[in-house]
Amino acid sequence: MTARTRVGRHSVTLGVLMTVMLAYAWLPLFWLVVNSAKTQASLFSTFGLWFGGRFALWSNIHQALTYDGGIYVRWLGNTLLYTVAGAGGATFLATLAGYGLAKYDFRGKRVIATLVLGAVAVPATALAVPTFLLFSQLHLANTPWSVILPSLASPFGLYLIWVYAADAVPSELIEAARIDGAGEVRTFFTISLRLLGPGVVTVLLFTVVATWNNYFLPLIMLSDPKWYPLTVGLNEWNAQAVTVGGQTIFNLVITGSLLAIIPVMIAFLIMQRYWRSGLAAGSVKQ
Amino acid sequence: MALGMPRVARHRWAGLGFIAPFLVAFTIALVAPLGYAIYLSLFRQQLIGGNTFVGLANYSQALSDPQLWASLRRVALFLVVQVPVMLGLALMAALALDSARLRWAPLYRLGIFLPYAVPAVVAALMWGFMYGSQFGLVASIGSFLGVGLPDPLSGSWVLASIGNVVTWEFTGYNMLIFYAALRVVPLELYEAAQLDGASPLGIVRWIKLPSLRPAIVVAAIFSVIGSLQLFTEPESLRNLSPNTLTPVFTPNMYAYNLSFAGQEYNYSAAIAVVMGIVTMIIAAAVQASGRRRFA
Amino acid sequence: MSNPSTRRIPRIWRTAAIATAGLALAAATAACSSGGTSGAGSGSGSAAGGPTTIAQALQTPTTLTFWAWAPQSKDIVAAFEKQYPKVKVNLVNAGTATTEYTKLQNAVKAGSGVPDVAQIEYYALPQFALAGSLADLSSLGLGGVQSQVAAAVWDSVDISGKLVGLPQDTGPMALFYNKTIFDKYHLTVPATWDQFVADAKKLHSANPKEYLTNDAGDPGFVTSMIWAAGGHPYQVSGTKNVTINLQDSGSSKWASLWGPLISGGLVSPIASWSTQWYQGLANGDIASLVTGAWMPVNLETGVPAGKGDWRVAPMPQWTTGQPATAENGGSADSVLAASKNQLAAAGFVQFMDSGPGATISANAGDFPSFNSIINSPSYLSQAPDYFGGQQINKVLAQASQTVLPGWSYLPFQVYANSIFPNTVGQAYTKASTLSQALQTWATQSATYGTQQGFSVSS
Repeated sequence: MTARTRVGRHSVTLGVLMTVMLAYAWLPLFWLVVNSAKTQASLFSTFGLWFGGRFALWSNIHQALTYDGGIYVRWLGNTLLYTVAGAGGATFLATLAGYGLAKYDFRGKRVIATLVLGAVAVPATALAVPTFLLFSQLHLANTPWSVILPSLASPFGLYLIWVYAADAVPSELIEAARIDGAGEVRTFFTISLRLLGPGVVTVLLFTVVATWNNYFLPLIMLSDPKWYPLTVGLNEWNAQAVTVGGQTIFNLVITGSLLAIIPVMIAFLIMQRYWRSGLAAGSVKQ
Repeated sequence: MALGMPRVARHRWAGLGFIAPFLVAFTIALVAPLGYAIYLSLFRQQLIGGNTFVGLANYSQALSDPQLWASLRRVALFLVVQVPVMLGLALMAALALDSARLRWAPLYRLGIFLPYAVPAVVAALMWGFMYGSQFGLVASIGSFLGVGLPDPLSGSWVLASIGNVVTWEFTGYNMLIFYAALRVVPLELYEAAQLDGASPLGIVRWIKLPSLRPAIVVAAIFSVIGSLQLFTEPESLRNLSPNTLTPVFTPNMYAYNLSFAGQEYNYSAAIAVVMGIVTMIIAAAVQASGRRRFA
Repeated sequence: MSNPSTRRIPRIWRTAAIATAGLALAAATAACSSGGTSGAGSGSGSAAGGPTTIAQALQTPTTLTFWAWAPQSKDIVAAFEKQYPKVKVNLVNAGTATTEYTKLQNAVKAGSGVPDVAQIEYYALPQFALAGSLADLSSLGLGGVQSQVAAAVWDSVDISGKLVGLPQDTGPMALFYNKTIFDKYHLTVPATWDQFVADAKKLHSANPKEYLTNDAGDPGFVTSMIWAAGGHPYQVSGTKNVTINLQDSGSSKWASLWGPLISGGLVSPIASWSTQWYQGLANGDIASLVTGAWMPVNLETGVPAGKGDWRVAPMPQWTTGQPATAENGGSADSVLAASKNQLAAAGFVQFMDSGPGATISANAGDFPSFNSIINSPSYLSQAPDYFGGQQINKVLAQASQTVLPGWSYLPFQVYANSIFPNTVGQAYTKASTLSQALQTWATQSATYGTQQGFSVSS
């Protein structure tokens, strides 16, 4: 305990190096913030990394939210739907499955594990068209299900929970519960799930990011803009400039992008607190 | 005692029961489309002539397709440089975070991770602007310094520029994976090392790095797979340099163009299966070499 | 003895079974309820005893789905619904150009989710027409179009003897130039291509940052330029026979002219429609554009700083006294063969393209297709401030009359255009000469055609 938590002398070199890295990470985000405050015209005539022209952040935000009958808000709603259902569902399924793989022995376990992990190697573009054709046969294409269902399987989440549950949930606890007569499912929900907390939050974080930023599959599946998530919608706005007679609205694309990444960043801030404390508890236990 | 066959059988069924919902979703999302893709790859549908069974003809065509192999060599070159660079940076950052000698570590931890939250299309938009050789940031800096800087998206620099975007997006993510692994290193190891009078660098070399081995291997595998499937970043940057970032730049882009512009679903499916197999072989090789190096 | 463990086995399975069943049930419910938005609309199109003429169909309660990206589509739909209140039109922006074509092809292949009407650019029409995806509008009752449009426009929509769409807008080519820059560097407005080359050299040597025009490789531009040079690289006869020759006289003539411009660095390497392109047009680094007649509205919205600087002149000529231009871009509206409401859809297309909708499009900045609008005095006398009060439509109307007839696109032009960057595009990275690059494009296009079952010759 003492060796890890004692604060040593702060290293200036490390501080400098990490600040350089932080600046690198934040440079494009800074560009995004600065340019969200520019009008369409001053985007092209002012220096990219500093403010210029009229300060237009609020009018850009207003315009982004009301353009084309407020379709941005609709896209935001869609993204929320896909993320809550998709990431929530994926986390739940991955937690159940990872727990099952970690704590139980059954025939075919190795086979299943290899298959699932091997699936990560299959390119998503390869599956896009067959998935689309399949879903079309089921008349599910161009519906929210076509985006939510494919995102429910998270092999990465499965792997994370599997590894985490193997350590975090002692088999003795499960045995004890069994002897007391509790069912497997009840044991899971009342005892094991609590212990899996940080792992679940980690998987939730990653699946939230993945579903919120999902682009390729919705692009293929959805032909009606009213079901688009934000990523596909913003890309459409960007493509408008290439249209004959289309309005160039780069300022809305930039502002819209800024607004689109804020929710995930907030989610990070909220979730990282749980995850950090969980990990610290885990290290103490070790 | 009621132990014995019934309880063991129950556990087996319970395990399967827990994994069943996931398997259903997995089947819908991956197995069924994959099966359909393999089925498609055995046929050929023509604009004139309809659908015919062609067996492995698509595969033999893929294996001798110069454009496929050129794009494959390109992503191989890409990953050989980008993955070590990115993982190296992530490793250094994770070690720095874990060293307890960094002030405001939580700020760096979250701040460097933030780019992961940005969708790839938005990342491409932002970096695309900065790469613009006529009016972008590169040009501004160039004219400020009075030097002609090369176009980041021209032939000789384009892989490095895309590598930069991918590194920007994922270094924080890998840093967190390494950091999490470092946080569960048993404290007794550190105490023993302290007693032996090990220097901080020695601790890094003999305790932290070996403990990180499994995490490094996993991160390497996922990064390699991601690089082989490179698609979104070059595809989003295409309009800035359409003759360098051609539709056949990466294998995935090639398959995508065949499917959607060419409506050649069958050949595209065959290419995807070939790429999947190549990816699995390379991923297995990475895993094996990881095991051997630290044995 | 009752074994508690045997009671638990069913429970696990039961939970899993319920979950799976619930999932399937939900999926089925969603499928039923969402049929409306993805389907081709409801209505009584093909039922026996239903409407037999367009006029009847427009008085029958119907819902149509219309895929289009043209911004004025919303206004056209509103005007149509006002005139025909029984017909409802769902306007869906399914993407611009190739994005929409991909979705359209996917939907046709899947057999579901196909719209009733779609906006399709001229170069992509043959691909859909030859695949049998488009309805023949003349058999639905739309006739008399040929006499109302220029010959080249008719060629674009008359494929294999079927009228596969009504032209919405056209893009006869002209020269859009920045007069302020031309005056500053004493450039003459080029009437011939030789003068154009001379201007390019003069401007670029006077100021290496500026170029007469930009070209980063665009298949539509290349095919249109070959068209204007009198080339016929693509010929289609019947449904199966295709000729591809990108070395014919027109193609070679153009390649000899344009190749030195590329290799000599006399055209700006900025890609059209990029943010840098708009910037270059605004600050004078790109002094002119050889492009279609739809450009004015794009200049007005995308380059507001250029107001008053730009003018329009006829496209430079190969031979003085023999004006020849080509079409660049422009789209038609087609009825899909899979539509269950073809008569009503045809009625909508008629309203949109040869009825009141055409005026709405013209007012929105589209260059019209029908001669009656092009030649109307009010259209010809328009004098936009952006172009310094020049009556630009007179120049553009002249251009539309001199478009060379007899051009065709490939039945797989969408794919051929998609492989342009890795073939012709390589000439722009100086990896090959323009002539060689054109040959590569021809060869790869031919390979694709053969694979698709066409019999391709050169």
